[in-house]
Amino acid sequence: MSSEFVRPDGRLPDQLRPIKMAVGVLDRADGSAYVEQGNTKVIVAVYGPRELHPRHKASPEAAVVRCRYHMAPFSTRERKSPNPSRREVELSKVIKDALSQTIFLERFPRTSIDVFIEVLEADGGTRCASINACSLALANAGIPIRDLISAVAVGKYNGHIILDLNDEEDEAAEADMPVAIMPSFNKVVLLQLNGVLTEEEFKQAFDLAVKGCMEINRIQRETLRSRYLSIKGEENEDV
Amino acid sequence: MKTFRVVSQLVRSRIISMLKEGSRIDDRGLLDYRPIDVKCGLISRANGSAQVSIGSTKVLAGVKVGIGEPFSDVPDQGVLAVNAELVPLASPAFEPGPPDETAIELARVIDRTLRETKTIDLKSLCIEPGRRVFVVFLDIYVLDHDGNFIDASALASILALLNTRIRKFSIDEGELRYEEEYVPLPVLHTPVTITLAKPDDGPFIVDPNLEEELSLDNRVCISVDELGRICAIQKLDGSLSVDEVFEVVSIACKTAPKLIEIVRRESGLDAGS
Repeated sequence: MSSEFVRPDGRLPDQLRPIKMAVGVLDRADGSAYVEQGNTKVIVAVYGPRELHPRHKASPEAAVVRCRYHMAPFSTRERKSPNPSRREVELSKVIKDALSQTIFLERFPRTSIDVFIEVLEADGGTRCASINACSLALANAGIPIRDLISAVAVGKYNGHIILDLNDEEDEAAEADMPVAIMPSFNKVVLLQLNGVLTEEEFKQAFDLAVKGCMEINRIQRETLRSRYLSIKGEENEDV
Repeated sequence: MKTFRVVSQLVRSRIISMLKEGSRIDDRGLLDYRPIDVKCGLISRANGSAQVSIGSTKVLAGVKVGIGEPFSDVPDQGVLAVNAELVPLASPAFEPGPPDETAIELARVIDRTLRETKTIDLKSLCIEPGRRVFVVFLDIYVLDHDGNFIDASALASILALLNTRIRKFSIDEGELRYEEEYVPLPVLHTPVTITLAKPDDGPFIVDPNLEEELSLDNRVCISVDELGRICAIQKLDGSLSVDEVFEVVSIACKTAPKLIEIVRRESGLDAGS
């Protein structure tokens, strides 16, 4: 992008924050992952497929995804009550809907796949960081998925379309649009717009989001590859 | 939710195969709404109300205006509080109890639509900055669910707000004074919401009825205001391809004026001009 616009943290309009990703960070969970995007920190655990209680909630045809997006009380500027807010209920639902698109649910009838997300520090883009971590945790749990979902928010800030908003930008933004895609299938599995955009701005923002997702997807793949290459390395040492 | 909702395989495959040939099970065009019926002001104890039917989907929205504390980050603005109830009258799938995730999603989509467009001039609803402001409670009641309660709720919401009357007030050295006269709530915009659905392989439709909603795997809703600005999007079920995202936005922008015309006509906005 040729724009001269520089953001509060010095980034260019189309620049992601520094990303850190790790998988298998929790011992007891079937799969887990930790993701940092700038100051935003998210940890995810996946349990399942496992028997679902109460049983009447199970589906005879496919696994049911249950998802809890939760923010730690110390994750925000003002302490957040640990009780689930309406925002957390909504985000749990949209994240669950996105994950349900990638998992081969029909292979595990009558079971549940439980995804627990804890936002440890919130500095904007927590739902997207959560989805990125969820994909890694599902892969780490060995649950068959069609693709690694990648997510990033775009927005309009001071009249500029920007990628990966932090909290400061988000609060002042004219629009904030989280997007999650399954890159190998060119499928959009989460799309929300909070704010006001013209049709033209929407197109520009959405294209930028897709680009950002591609970059995140590359980092996710690298994270998984290095994890399993290192496990293979360890095994060789044992022999 | 999905596990409680059932549509027969026969209906499902019929709906999808008809759509591929460009027709709908109830003979509508792909981008046609069912007949929309509006009744404004039928709850006299509310400050404003509107009931909207789209086909047999029926939603009642009521507005009550009270006094409360402002949010600490905007101490000089009134408060808008949107709540939605999927009451058990409306569907065998709805159960009594606190709002579930579907009801919360509905309320939050409507809330975003109204908030982001600054549809209500909240600044003019401040009484004493940081201490006392007017609170606009918008409660959405889904009474009969035959598909697409989001669009019906959005219409009922904006019509109820346009129908809202509050006692004329003045602020005299921090003292709130009411006059006898009632004045309309300061409503600046008329956003509407358009829901689209499509089968995995087939065209988009607007305003899916319940059978269509249950048969079509992919669904998204988009809010657009009278200036053609996109003010909220929520992907609901399934997924969309990247090209389809642009397609739904363009369909929504083209469809919105028809709904906005209904809002303006029914609320008498056009009569005065």
